[in-house]
Amino acid sequence: MSDYKRIKTPLTDEVVLDLRVGDRVLITGYLYTARDSAHKRLFELIEKGEPLPIDIKGQIIYYVGPAPAKPGHVIGSAGPTTSYRMDKYTPKLHELGLKGTIGKGQRGPEVREALKKYKAVYFVAVGGAGALLARSIKSVEPVAYEDLGPESIKRLYVEEFPVIVANDAHGGDIFEEEKKKYRIAK
Amino acid sequence: MREIPFEDIVEAVREMAIVSNSILPPEMYDALKKAYEEEESPVGKEVLSQILRNDEIAREEMMPICQDTGIAVLFVEVGEEVRVKGGSLKEALTEGVRRGYIEGYLRKSVVKDPLRRVNTGDNTPAIIHFDIVPGDRLKIRFAPKGGGSENMSVARLVAPADGREGIIDFVVDTVDKAGGNPCPPIVIGVGIGGNFEMSAIIAKKALLRKIGERHPDPYYAEMEEEILRRVNELGIGPMGLGGRITALDVHIETYPCHIASLPVAVNIQCHANRHVEKEL
Ligand code: SF4
Repeated sequence: MSDYKRIKTPLTDEVVLDLRVGDRVLITGYLYTARDSAHKRLFELIEKGEPLPIDIKGQIIYYVGPAPAKPGHVIGSAGPTTSYRMDKYTPKLHELGLKGTIGKGQRGPEVREALKKYKAVYFVAVGGAGALLARSIKSVEPVAYEDLGPESIKRLYVEEFPVIVANDAHGGDIFEEEKKKYRIAK
Repeated sequence: MREIPFEDIVEAVREMAIVSNSILPPEMYDALKKAYEEEESPVGKEVLSQILRNDEIAREEMMPICQDTGIAVLFVEVGEEVRVKGGSLKEALTEGVRRGYIEGYLRKSVVKDPLRRVNTGDNTPAIIHFDIVPGDRLKIRFAPKGGGSENMSVARLVAPADGREGIIDFVVDTVDKAGGNPCPPIVIGVGIGGNFEMSAIIAKKALLRKIGERHPDPYYAEMEEEILRRVNELGIGPMGLGGRITALDVHIETYPCHIASLPVAVNIQCHANRHVEKEL
């Protein structure tokens, strides 16, 4: 298997277009956390035409609701949550300049279309590997919606955060392509 | 009557909450190791190596294997000759969950109302299944369950005529549709019989069985093996990224049922297959 690709946030079109399904990638830079409730609030702002609490241009959103940090740690376990629940909101965010998302599981066709159209990428991190992934997270700052607890928006600084490209900007889909190779059932 | 102090139960449950969330049962870890050796897909192998490394870090640092430390599910067998001194059994179990999740830095993932969704802040209430048994012991089995895999679980009342084959197809189809969402490699609990609610409870109970342990009835043991084989032909693989290993094991539990019905429930368990038990 090929080596890791190392990328830095914010992402440019050039970096995004170089990523292909199945690539193992190490991310260094800032990630923003947001899951169900935070997405709902962001979307309400967009619908009202109001500014967002974060500038998402070129950024990556990580779908995570971390466990609380133990004393001496910056964060508790912090693995990805299931992405499809955010599908309804994702295309609009890509339209506004979001370059990537990190979660687990398949995305719907509307998201895959948006990735092509707006040159963006969907990564998966290993679900249930929260203790391992927390090691790559070096700092955590609250950004918005602190009342949401684990669901609030935070800015994480990560070093060599391990992910795999699941849907690229060229229409590739790891789930369908790889499943076919190993499927014996009809 | 044997008396068990309220605080002893609280402490036992508190500890179980923390330990179950940080230390994977050894046979589950071994099964993941074997999966790593057998997986042919390079991406699948990468995923499994991260899962193994994660389980080791969690154990060493006593931190949660997964940030979704679940809703606490307890199966409690209460001996007929046991009495709790200083409070009620249900309160003691609840207090143990509360302290475990707060003092153990576990994530609080329970909302007070299913539609208005305000977090209770201490991960209570738990889901507690009581059973009254002969004797003077109190046996508690603690299994935190995350949302990702629980959400992919399904219960259905199939026609009795669908029989064994119909059930196998239903289970395989349920796993196929779930794809990578329940964090494969998964363990599959299948409850067959009883009625609507009983099938779901025994499907969950089936997940408490040790990996590799077959149903005592050869008829169902063979069915477990057939389901496992067929599920691993789906190609879903670790985290749904393709591969040979989609499930590590299948456990069936059965119960007698009405002449007109055949209830079947499929409870999907992710690779963070956490459970511990303790007898007081
Ligand atoms: S399905 Fe299991 S491993 Fe995956 S995120 Fe949920 S609790 Fe964690």
